[in-house]
Amino acid sequence: MISKLMKGLVYASAVFTFGMLAYLVIYILINGVRFLTPSLFAWNYSTSNVSMMPALMTTLMVVAGTLLIATPIGVFTGFYLVDYANRKNPVVKAIGMATDTLAGIPSIIYGLFGMLFFVIFLEFQFSLIAGILTVTIMSLPVIIRSTEEALLATGMPIRQASYALGAGKLRTLFKVVLPVAMPGILSGVILATGRIVGETAALMFTLGTATNLPGSLFASGRTLSLHMYILSQEGRHVNEAYATAVVLLVFVLVINALSTLVSKRLAKGGK
Amino acid sequence: MLNQKIKVRDLKLWYGKFEALHGVDLDIYENEITAFIGPSGCGKSTLIKTLNRMNDLVENCRIEGSVELDGKNIYSKKVELNELRKRVGMVFQQPNPFPKSIYDNIAFGPRTHGIKKKNELDEIVEKSLRQAAIWDEVKDHLDRNALSISGGQQQRICIARALAVEPDVLLMDEPTSALDPISTAKIEELVMELKEDYTIVMVTHNMQQASRISDRTAFFLNGDIIEQDMTRQLFTNPKEEQTDNYISGRFG
Amino acid sequence: MDNLRQGTIKEAKAKANRQPPFKKAAKGNLAEKIMHGVFLLAAFTSIFSLVLIVIFIFTNGLPMMVEYGLADFIFGQTWNQTTFGLLPMILGSVLVTLGAVSIGVPIGVMTAIFMAEFCPKKLYAFLKPAVNLMAGIPSIVYGFFALRIIVPQIRQLFGGPGNSMLAAIMLLSIMILPTVISLSESAIRSVPRSYFSGSVALGASPERSIFSVLVPAAKSGIFSSIVLGVGRAIGETMAVVMVAGNQPLMPRGLTQGIRTLTTNIVMEMAYASGQHRDALVATGVVLFIFIMIINTTFLIMKSKEAK
Repeated sequence: MISKLMKGLVYASAVFTFGMLAYLVIYILINGVRFLTPSLFAWNYSTSNVSMMPALMTTLMVVAGTLLIATPIGVFTGFYLVDYANRKNPVVKAIGMATDTLAGIPSIIYGLFGMLFFVIFLEFQFSLIAGILTVTIMSLPVIIRSTEEALLATGMPIRQASYALGAGKLRTLFKVVLPVAMPGILSGVILATGRIVGETAALMFTLGTATNLPGSLFASGRTLSLHMYILSQEGRHVNEAYATAVVLLVFVLVINALSTLVSKRLAKGGK
Repeated sequence: MLNQKIKVRDLKLWYGKFEALHGVDLDIYENEITAFIGPSGCGKSTLIKTLNRMNDLVENCRIEGSVELDGKNIYSKKVELNELRKRVGMVFQQPNPFPKSIYDNIAFGPRTHGIKKKNELDEIVEKSLRQAAIWDEVKDHLDRNALSISGGQQQRICIARALAVEPDVLLMDEPTSALDPISTAKIEELVMELKEDYTIVMVTHNMQQASRISDRTAFFLNGDIIEQDMTRQLFTNPKEEQTDNYISGRFG
Repeated sequence: MDNLRQGTIKEAKAKANRQPPFKKAAKGNLAEKIMHGVFLLAAFTSIFSLVLIVIFIFTNGLPMMVEYGLADFIFGQTWNQTTFGLLPMILGSVLVTLGAVSIGVPIGVMTAIFMAEFCPKKLYAFLKPAVNLMAGIPSIVYGFFALRIIVPQIRQLFGGPGNSMLAAIMLLSIMILPTVISLSESAIRSVPRSYFSGSVALGASPERSIFSVLVPAAKSGIFSSIVLGVGRAIGETMAVVMVAGNQPLMPRGLTQGIRTLTTNIVMEMAYASGQHRDALVATGVVLFIFIMIINTTFLIMKSKEAK
């Protein structure tokens, strides 16, 4: 009897969860798609035409800049943790704990830190570079952890085979281990991209909210998420906010599809 | 007359606090097959891994004593590890080809040691695959992923890969224990041919295998070598009672 | 036979002589050493960043708290441009989080049970990516959705402004779902199948086996999913700021506005300066301490689970 009731609740919860998601997605699409006018993709933003083009480009710049810095640091950290350091070394434990802690810090704290350190202390002002560096630190844990997992999953046998042939650590890592671990690492990078695109709180007080495309690393701008936040707060551009939400949803869908694709390749590569 | 290739003297090895080898002495001769037999956990796999210093990869592994290859201690600080492993190749229990093409598997070693020219590599790949008696089976699809062929073929690819760097010594750690009887027979046959050009050390669980193919056998028990002798001698007329008990199947 | 043997030995010897024993590969070693250093340096970035964050947040926030009086800051009930009593926001964060967890966790765990045990395979192929999609939707989109759907509903049903504690709770209970679902699902899946078959073999129905054997066996994993959900809820900023009303007042009821620690920072940082700005950073310090407690709980539970 109780089990029957529980089963009913389980089904109801699943219906609620996925119903809610479907509702959200459809609601945004229905209200947003019709406002995706060409003028919203005009090169310049003005108060009469709140184009999202500069924000779109800025988003891409922030993503590119962040990945450019965070990917090597994160992947190298993974290399060190898995293939170089002794697992029982206290330094490795400390790095692992720092990574876990960074992963749990809310984005508003990153925003505060970025403002205090990059914007004020290093005098970068609200700028592309301050935003990128802040989000870089945020993205590190995702990339580190996925690299670590991917490297561990490759296993000892192929490393042994390589060492036994007289290959050194670097050659073993880059020519034997890395090709196998690549899909796993890539899916981490893709996941990080999703986070960056959706980020608002950490960028508000570091990248700032300037409406035009930043002309240099030291100029301010706004990403799509920030753009949407400001539009919805002002209350005068609700339709444009819906349209921006559609673009953000499309971003997320593409990113998720990419990561699924990559992990499918991973599953196949393992065979 | 017989050329001594490897000389192990008073070798002790610890994994952390556990002493896995208690002062082992062993002589391995050129162009012979030396088999290590003994029950699980007796130290035979541990010892074979010390011969190309694969034990360096094990954390908390400590070693005392000496292993000499052609009269030079391989644990001396002056030894270049990668050069040592080039001279002492290894084949593992589980076939472990790289998830690359057959060609790239074989060419990996030579490329590691600086051979870049395509025609040279082609030549080495063919020669190694022929030596490993698998050329005819794979010559038409060298670009196929090495993981897509059978386990027995994979193991011969691994042997070919080890031969491609032209080692003097080939270490084989239970190379047939993961294979079916037909593949096992092929590999045994191959190993007997290979001893013409290489010094071979093989760990095996299978006493019949040791008596079939090896010239010399060392019997391990609890981290000691109890007896080492010519294979025929050791199997027909062992000097030690423990050896006798083991080969007659009374334990292990 | 003997001749042949002699020949091969000679060949082998010649080969051994060709190879200078153990020659140094100096170039390779240098590259190895340099890259080892590079990797080590990269690995320290995490620690270095964390230390920087702690230093900058605490050195900017703590002096203000001490200067203002720690008790006055933490327990003060009034917040304006000159008076900085943080209690309304602390209570706001705690209440909103508790509310979100008490709605979101049961739904999330039940959905996870559905995913792991009841979901047909074909449907699963759609639902798993759907959970990932849920996790990937930017918080700003959730916030906007809540602003357009949940807030008007509350206004209609209960009167008042609509922007309220209830709106924030409902929004956050949806936002923590993907976290709770993914972690709980993998916890349930990692319970050995033999538990289930053992229970069924004893005559228990499959449903009963799931609820009385499988789920309890996964409880530590489910519990850590809850802790992570708490972390997500208490740290969420931009979505909450859109629906919570944000009045810096003591909580006055579900349908009234509320301000949390996170939104306190966002609302005023843009124009704050001097002690006011430091008070906002100090708000970050309090939030940071909350998060540290939650994270530590999570890590302790995870390491216990591993054992």
